[in-house]
Amino acid sequence: MPATARPLSPHLSIYRWQIQMVTSILHRATGVALAVGTMLLVAGLLALASGPDAFAQVRQFCASWIGTILLIGWTWALAFHFLNGIRHLLQDAGWGYKPEQFVRNGWISTIGSLAATALLWGFVVWGGA
Amino acid sequence: MSVSYRTPLKRAIGLGSAKHGVHHFVAQRVTAVALALLGIWFVWIALQMLHLDYAGAHALIARPWNALLMVAFAIAVFWHAQLGLQVVIEDYVHATGVAWCAQLTLKFLCFLGAAASVLAVVRITLGH
Repeated sequence: MPATARPLSPHLSIYRWQIQMVTSILHRATGVALAVGTMLLVAGLLALASGPDAFAQVRQFCASWIGTILLIGWTWALAFHFLNGIRHLLQDAGWGYKPEQFVRNGWISTIGSLAATALLWGFVVWGGA
Repeated sequence: MSVSYRTPLKRAIGLGSAKHGVHHFVAQRVTAVALALLGIWFVWIALQMLHLDYAGAHALIARPWNALLMVAFAIAVFWHAQLGLQVVIEDYVHATGVAWCAQLTLKFLCFLGAAASVLAVVRITLGH
């Protein structure tokens, strides 16, 4: 930061919380979280390539309580980044800029991501053979 | 200070976003579209993995289509992550030296992540 005593533009603390800023902040935060999560993807692929023992270790980590919490978190981060990313792509194409559309689509990303996470983990816990 | 006879335009051309910005923007969106499609496939694969033992999981990834899409997914993921995290570092890290180190580290890690994933898939699909 420059050390000059110029006035700063208003920052986070000055604004009322609204869905527009929530989706913006969450998109970046979930992006960072997913980048960290790719380490598990690499670990899984390397384990699968190196043998049953390594694979068992990764599976054991995923089944542990901390692994489960991380996996649920990454599921939500992926769902949010996916839905909100599609919102961003549609906006890049020029759609959804009316304030009421913008607010509605922000809520769709947010609530949709929570619903998708619940759905996926419902399937993990109760669905399938 | 000596007087510069260059126009502001001459000094700006070829520097910064005037040259590279659009490529970053486009690459981020192209990888985003790829990941929106590949992401659905990845979740489907991950759900299939739940009930498979080592041999089953190995065979699942070894299938030609799955191996191909996993390579595409890994490259797109690390490319997209590099582009996104680059902007995060640009926004929050202001000390020049630290910012350079962070950007280099990020690029190296993303390349290693992608390369490790591709090598792993190659080994899985060719059998061992």
